[in-house]
Amino acid sequence: MKRDMMRSNLFPLLFAFAFLFSPVFSASDLILAKVDRRIDLTSQIVRIATSLKVENTGSDVVSEILLSFPENHAKHLAYLKAIVSEGKGKAKTSSGVGLPVKAVQPNDVPPALTIYSVSLPKGLGKEHSLTLDVLAVFTHILQPFPEKINQGDVQLLLFQESAHYLSPYAVKAQSLTLKLPDARIESYSKLENAKLQGSELKYGPYENIPPFSYLPIVIHYENNLPFAVAKELVREIEISHWGNVQITEHYDIIHAGAQSKGEFSRLDYQTRPYLRGASAFRRLVAKLPPRAHSVYYRDEIGNISTSSLWGDSKKTELEIEPRYPMFGGWKTTFTIGYGLPLQDFLFGLDGKRFLNISFGAPIYELVIDTLFVKVVLPEGSKDISVSAPFPVKEWQETKISHLDIVGRPVVVLEKNNVVPEHNEHFQVYYKFNSLSMLREPFMLISGFFFLFIACIVYSHADISISKSSASYLAKLQWDEVQATTQLIHGIISRCLTAHDKLEASLHDLSRTGDVQACKATRKSVDSSLKELSKELKQPLTFLQSCPQAAQILPKVEELVTKERELQEKLVVKHTTVVDGYEKKSSGREIENRIASYQQKITALRREVDDLMDFIDEI
Amino acid sequence: MAQQDLKPSINSFSFPKTLKLKTKQQELLIRVATLALIYVLAFITRLFSVLRYESMIHEFDPYFNYRTTLFLTRNGFAEFWNWFDSESWYPLGRIIGGTLYPGLMLTAAAIHSLLRFLRLFVHIREVCVLTAPFFASNTTLVAYFFAKEVWDSGAGIVAAALIAICPGYISRSVAGSYDNEGVAIFALLLTFYLFVKAVNTGSLAWALGSAFGYFYMVSAWGGYVFIINLVPLYVLVLLVTGRYSLRLYVAYNCMYVLGMLLAMQIRFVGFQHVQSGEHMAAMGVFFLLQVFFFLDWVRHLLSDTKLFQSFLKITVTSAVTVGAVALGVGMASGYISPWTGRFYSLLDPTYAKDHIPIIASVSEHQPTAWSSFMFDFHILLFLFPAGLYFCFKRLSDATIFLVMYGLTSMYFAGVMVRLILVATPAMCLISAIAVSATIKNLTRVVRAKSPAVQSGSTKGTSTAKSSSKGVIDNSQPFQRNGAIVLLLGAFYLLSRYAIHCTWVTSEAYSSPSIVLAARGAHGQRVIFDDYREAYYWLRQNTPQDAKVMSWWDYGYQITAMGNRTVIVDNNTWNNTHIATVGRAMSSYEDEAYEIMRSLDVDYVLVVFGGVTGYSSDDINKFLWMVRIGGGVFPVIKEPDYLVNGEYRVDKGAAPKMLNCLMYKLSYYRFGELTTEYGKPPGYDRARGVEIGNKDIKLEYLEEAFTTQNWIVRIYKVKPPKNRW
Repeated sequence: MKRDMMRSNLFPLLFAFAFLFSPVFSASDLILAKVDRRIDLTSQIVRIATSLKVENTGSDVVSEILLSFPENHAKHLAYLKAIVSEGKGKAKTSSGVGLPVKAVQPNDVPPALTIYSVSLPKGLGKEHSLTLDVLAVFTHILQPFPEKINQGDVQLLLFQESAHYLSPYAVKAQSLTLKLPDARIESYSKLENAKLQGSELKYGPYENIPPFSYLPIVIHYENNLPFAVAKELVREIEISHWGNVQITEHYDIIHAGAQSKGEFSRLDYQTRPYLRGASAFRRLVAKLPPRAHSVYYRDEIGNISTSSLWGDSKKTELEIEPRYPMFGGWKTTFTIGYGLPLQDFLFGLDGKRFLNISFGAPIYELVIDTLFVKVVLPEGSKDISVSAPFPVKEWQETKISHLDIVGRPVVVLEKNNVVPEHNEHFQVYYKFNSLSMLREPFMLISGFFFLFIACIVYSHADISISKSSASYLAKLQWDEVQATTQLIHGIISRCLTAHDKLEASLHDLSRTGDVQACKATRKSVDSSLKELSKELKQPLTFLQSCPQAAQILPKVEELVTKERELQEKLVVKHTTVVDGYEKKSSGREIENRIASYQQKITALRREVDDLMDFIDEI
Repeated sequence: MAQQDLKPSINSFSFPKTLKLKTKQQELLIRVATLALIYVLAFITRLFSVLRYESMIHEFDPYFNYRTTLFLTRNGFAEFWNWFDSESWYPLGRIIGGTLYPGLMLTAAAIHSLLRFLRLFVHIREVCVLTAPFFASNTTLVAYFFAKEVWDSGAGIVAAALIAICPGYISRSVAGSYDNEGVAIFALLLTFYLFVKAVNTGSLAWALGSAFGYFYMVSAWGGYVFIINLVPLYVLVLLVTGRYSLRLYVAYNCMYVLGMLLAMQIRFVGFQHVQSGEHMAAMGVFFLLQVFFFLDWVRHLLSDTKLFQSFLKITVTSAVTVGAVALGVGMASGYISPWTGRFYSLLDPTYAKDHIPIIASVSEHQPTAWSSFMFDFHILLFLFPAGLYFCFKRLSDATIFLVMYGLTSMYFAGVMVRLILVATPAMCLISAIAVSATIKNLTRVVRAKSPAVQSGSTKGTSTAKSSSKGVIDNSQPFQRNGAIVLLLGAFYLLSRYAIHCTWVTSEAYSSPSIVLAARGAHGQRVIFDDYREAYYWLRQNTPQDAKVMSWWDYGYQITAMGNRTVIVDNNTWNNTHIATVGRAMSSYEDEAYEIMRSLDVDYVLVVFGGVTGYSSDDINKFLWMVRIGGGVFPVIKEPDYLVNGEYRVDKGAAPKMLNCLMYKLSYYRFGELTTEYGKPPGYDRARGVEIGNKDIKLEYLEEAFTTQNWIVRIYKVKPPKNRW
């Protein structure tokens, strides 16, 4: 019912202008000898590939060919590309480069028709012909009908077209093929030349159709393929000259097919997912460039664990599952990010560098309503220019990131209605001095350097406010006392070392019997001990004079006396042993003689060591 | 230690001067290096959850804190301070600025802006996740200084090491546990340390520091009440034991007066310091201290002791009378509020159970079991008495404080599981004293011989020397060997402690509880991310102004992750509102529909573990809903849901149970699902029974979403039917 209504709304109008304005164009000398249209309806994106054989029957050279679209199609047009293909039949060689196409609005064409003009590389002379391949891609053109479905229902879509090629030129022969998904077809306009073969629907051939002829057809069919539409996608491409291109993509996805209504039953969905959730999609697949690394997939509230990644030398494939199955009208947002090796995408040219990277999203069959591509260049880049294969809105921003001072220049490109056909490479040219790379490490190093300097200054600087307060003076004096005690400690320990030398010389004597060497050692040790005792005097008098040292003074004094005692005993022992050797006394005799000293020495030595430990701990 | 001291004495032979002088510096270097390592250790041992899961916020309350921090960083302090949140407690709303402790959020926001100032642009979430470990690291430093002040630097190092890995503290400070306690324990210990320092030195500067520490604590956590009662109690004990001094007078007056004035700046606390019964002890002690000081001065003036005695009597009597009258008048006129239920429930463990079911319903408010003491403290549990012994042996103002802190906090830890946290620093400090003192004594015994052995061996080969050495060796052989054995035992115990702590941290305290992990059939890890699935679904696929009704546990998470308005949340300030939700959940569907209509509810969210065997779901919490609902609305009676006092969901369950809203929402269409092989359909794995009502029809609600493992189920409340 609804279908009929629409048809009755739309088509009288079209017919009206077709009849009104056709005389104007029929005067044109061009005719289309043959038109082949193939419409791919298998996904949410409708691709119409048209092959036009154009003939110039007039005498003037024609350099422009007009393509026309009805308004309801034209506003969904995402991508239009026209190629002249040379040769005939199988030996077609298409140049690949699209011809310049621009929208024109001739005075005599009604606003309900949108006309694009294709400029031919060289004019089409009289009686000449050429073949033009036109690819037009439409989004949001398939209408779900019914608009709201239950969980268990399949999604049915309506597609409207004209069985005749809508053109300002007369068409001699034409045919139309619609490729449908392998599924049920609810209904289609059963014109006389219509033929359904498997999943292909054919209309035509029609012959000798006048210009602006419009024969509406409507196809109502089932299609459960993902209707993933990114309402907004922000791709941020950040270049680091340390070897990485970091790409972060923020998706805002909606299932743009038939709205779901009523209950969502998990039980039904999990027991018969393809029956009771046929219209939902549960995963999206992104094709990332090869050698992508550090891939992540998360949203505002954290990591999403349902994703898998595999790759080979040609590509890296990332399969992501949203947190929940996406039914009609359900939304989700998420972010994927990955790093790419710099050398694959950044090149140098005439002292400039340029980034060469694909424009669109990596997810298969995704429609993007608004795409922002932000290229974040390193701080200090200059002379930035962009070259894109299709018109985009462009402006610059600044982004402040880690360790930046003035911020990084950001080139923002905006484009509406983006389809996978837009996945072409674009280039950003800029100048960058390689030395600037070193600035950030240098900043870090100097930062730490100054931190340590500050620490050193702090620990050495005297920052007390009052230099004359009692506690401050006491603290100063205490420091001095400590230093002096340390000094005494050092001197005594040197004395002890000298003692050890004496003992060692005795040891040597008992082994070698070299009395002279032993005496020489004794002499040097004696003199050094004398010096040390001289050195000891000054700090000791200081300690005695200092009131702060009253607590530790007795211990220090005890240490000094004990050490002196020890020294005396050692000297006596040394003398005794050396004498014994000179008199050639037996070892046992000497040992007996020094035994009493030895015991005292050991005891004294331990006491001195204990005192030393104690003083050391102060 | 013994070895370290030996080495320099050997080396000193070749480098006589330099190394000997550097012993002290060496010790300093070792100490600083150890502390730095402990600092790092305290941080990284809390990162298990980040490494195992991701950098995410855990549990329930942290989500509220995160949400408010996010608001603070986006809208600035003034907006935050005046924030009226209409997304919670619908239709009442909540004045956020006046009902929270802002310390944590301000701290995180300050760290965030500092990092931004240093040109490090990290997300506020990362700052929030790592705030608690960062403060745990800082706590180790405070513990070091505290123990050094009370005992010596050795005890300080041990205390820092013990507290760095103590599970009782880790349980509240792992990465992602972005809760008030994370910074509050740091503030608590800092306040105590500065106060003890002030008492030890009598310095106004330290007292001022402790007042600011107290201010930070007040701004961060409601547990500040512990400080404001413990400190006066300590002062009182010092007064009674005759340890009153001018140092104490300066420290307490400065800390109390300034701390009180500063605390009044926090809106949530306001004038409680002068108006609430819980803070009156501090004020009483403050006045008592003035009386003491006055009496001291008078005694100084009066030479006659008799005169002074009578003056003392008059003064004390009048002071006590004036105090009692003031308190009585204040209480009677309502100027001074009586103690709150929470405070009562701290003093009396059975109070909450009888009077405040909403407090009793929270698992972390239950009295502590012995096992959890053992779990959280391990060897500290029996080092604690030993430490107390050492403290008493060397009694000083500082050790008295530590003993009192330890004993009171141990009591509170026994009353409530969550207060183990407060006791943890005390346990660590006191145990550190025990460990340090024991090891020091033992090493002294061991070392006493070592230099002799050393010097004996260097002195040469003479037999007399060796014989004299033998004499000393024989005199105390048992003592020395015993000391070595004991030392080894101590090291064994300490290493067991370290192993236990690491194990507990990794196994028990590092799960975010938002994401559940289980082992699959083949040993692989299975992740149940159902909560986030549901919250994200709410966030994306419901109208912006939808109101979600759920039990209060999930309120904070729904507002933070789902960004939707909730009826009740974890800030349980309005018992009636919660009881209304409890009543709706425990009523029949048509009655519940009336309640939900009156609350404008659009969606109802229940948590259900029957498919996965997740036991902390709403059916297991249901009796609390009945109790809390019944506490306000006597229509709801607990016995209606029980059969012979038994709580069942199978065929033998009470009819009211089988038809109440919660049962229906949890088990809707569950009867058709086979959950376990060999069991009938509708087998509830969380409770291990086949459910009693398999044919559930919903009239006023419809299933809107159920997560992959059925853990969260969301229902849409249907609009009213057309009337004709």
